[in-house]
Amino acid sequence: MYKWILAWRYFRKRPITLLAVAAVALCVFIVVVVMTVMNGLVEEFRQKNHRYVGDCVVSSDSLVGFGYYEKFLETLETQPFVTAASPVVRQVGLLTQPGANWNIGIEIVGLDPALHARATGFGDSLHYRKAAPELAFVPTYEADGEGCIVGIDLMPNRRLPEGGYSHEAEPFPMSLVVSSFPLNIRGGLARAGTDVVSSRTFYYSDDSHTGLVKVDGNTVYIPLATAQTLCGMDSPVRRINEISIAFASGVSLAEGVRRVEGLWQAHAAAHRDLPGGDLFDHVRVESWQQNRRSVIAPMEKEQAMLLLLFLMLGVITVFIVFVVLYMIVSHTSRDIGILRSIGVPTSGVAAVFEGFAALTGVVGAGVGLAGGCLFLWRMNAIEGWLYEHYGWQLWDRSIYAIGEIPSQIDLPLVASIFIAAVAACLVGGLAPSVKAGLKRPVETLQVSQI
Amino acid sequence: MSVILKASGVQKSYRMGKATLHVLRGVDISVKEGEFLVIIGASGSGKSTLLHILGALDRPTEGLVEYEGISLNALRGRKLDQFRNKTVGFVFQFYHLLNELNVLENVIAPAMAGVGTLGWLAVRKRTINRAEQLLEQFGLKDRLRHKPYELSGGERQRTALARALINQPRLLLADEPTGNLDSRTGSGILESIESLHRAGQTIVMVTHDERIAARAGRVIRLSDGVVQNVNSSV
Repeated sequence: MYKWILAWRYFRKRPITLLAVAAVALCVFIVVVVMTVMNGLVEEFRQKNHRYVGDCVVSSDSLVGFGYYEKFLETLETQPFVTAASPVVRQVGLLTQPGANWNIGIEIVGLDPALHARATGFGDSLHYRKAAPELAFVPTYEADGEGCIVGIDLMPNRRLPEGGYSHEAEPFPMSLVVSSFPLNIRGGLARAGTDVVSSRTFYYSDDSHTGLVKVDGNTVYIPLATAQTLCGMDSPVRRINEISIAFASGVSLAEGVRRVEGLWQAHAAAHRDLPGGDLFDHVRVESWQQNRRSVIAPMEKEQAMLLLLFLMLGVITVFIVFVVLYMIVSHTSRDIGILRSIGVPTSGVAAVFEGFAALTGVVGAGVGLAGGCLFLWRMNAIEGWLYEHYGWQLWDRSIYAIGEIPSQIDLPLVASIFIAAVAACLVGGLAPSVKAGLKRPVETLQVSQI
Repeated sequence: MSVILKASGVQKSYRMGKATLHVLRGVDISVKEGEFLVIIGASGSGKSTLLHILGALDRPTEGLVEYEGISLNALRGRKLDQFRNKTVGFVFQFYHLLNELNVLENVIAPAMAGVGTLGWLAVRKRTINRAEQLLEQFGLKDRLRHKPYELSGGERQRTALARALINQPRLLLADEPTGNLDSRTGSGILESIESLHRAGQTIVMVTHDERIAARAGRVIRLSDGVVQNVNSSV
């Protein structure tokens, strides 16, 4: 009992304790805020990628794509574990306007909007046809024209300086020319030696906002059949580049991918001998995480590096607590001598100071956590206020495609940080506590009598 | 009366750079149960060092100290802590109270140290009662919640005396208990110690004051680290 009484009294009465508590609180505050924001950004990015491609992707490494997909789609639609499967064409292309003197490189994505909205989050990315994706390629101002959906960052003057986008009530009339380089089934340019590029005019019918900068600034969506024709993927068999698949609720990702892999292998085996069947060699079945790995991995690496940096911060916290405890042990030599003279064991003396270190950790981490959570709760309001009065944003929304800064508090993360902070204090206090316990009573008592 | 504490050929030296300081040069003394023994000597004669060795707060460089036949030199760890906690009660010249604890907490501290948390819950009430009785006996009934810095010198020393007695030790060792007090206050402390002796407590006290030594049952005179003579006042 004396251990807790003394630990608490030392904690309350020594001014230097405030320094240690402040150091721990500051470290915890920084870690909570930065980790919450970073984890939120990474998770948001992961989910955007998930919504972009669906749960599972059957895709070809080659721009030539693969054929005989219709039968596979029929097979998938009969599977109870599959909710929807959407065929997609992805090709490189050019975008310009009629009569314009500019041309930019884009990715042409051909799809069925209604089907793709069921298999992925495509429907939610639309602006005008969010509730009716089947009409996404119908331009409101050109009844006979064929519409195209443009990545929102390709559209001029949409992005607002404070973040977010502006839209007119209806899609404004704009025609766009999309050109592609058709490839034949052998992988060569379809019209080599002639007019190689294939072009068609579309009418802007909607925006797509996926939240992925590289997609929103680089993609034009057109109807699937049109894309196949434009890109030379309609003969001798109709080809696509990938299939996006959504699993039914309750189906685990690994299990779903495994089953699709099995179905695909059976389909490929049954059609390999047909013309173009060798294209199946380039096809793989992946989960969304595997498919988007090259995009997600850099952010996850940054997250891991940040964790490493915070471990170093933890070392500094340990050192600060060590120094403070060392000073306190030095200043309480007399007390240690008294405790030893009345028969308090080495472990008992050490426990007094470890208890002090634990209290420093608990109180410091508690204060840091409370401050961090409060800051996170008001962080976006603070940023909004700073932008309104000083034009300053933590992330320039004209550059970074984020809405609000993520501030959702993750309880397991917060609990881990709290435990780690207390543990760091216990580690920092260990050496001074042991030193205190090993002091010889007569030395400390005689010194204190001088 | 049987001998309960015996020091044989006790020497204590300290290295001071290349030189060696010999504080005790072969001391032989014995303490009988129930006696009041005073060790007297001038400043620097080694009397406090000897007392610390007898109370197992320090170890001799050479020689042997035995308590009821058990060598204190060989005591380590838990056994040593238990000896300091249960067998010996120490009173220091400068009181050595814990400023973070109040009077009552200082007195019961040795009792808390001797048991774990659960053990303390079992003996808490009994121990606090005994502590309050001791403090009342020493005239500190109204000072239970006071901190040491709120007490006079005499009150602090009486608190230290109560602390030394809380575990009913066989030996009470007092190192110049009146050395830091005025004569009147010191006299009061001595009277408390004498009354303990009359109740059967074995006491070994260190002092440089001949008048105090005169009140002891037996006096050992220490000079330059050796016993010069032994007198019996009785």
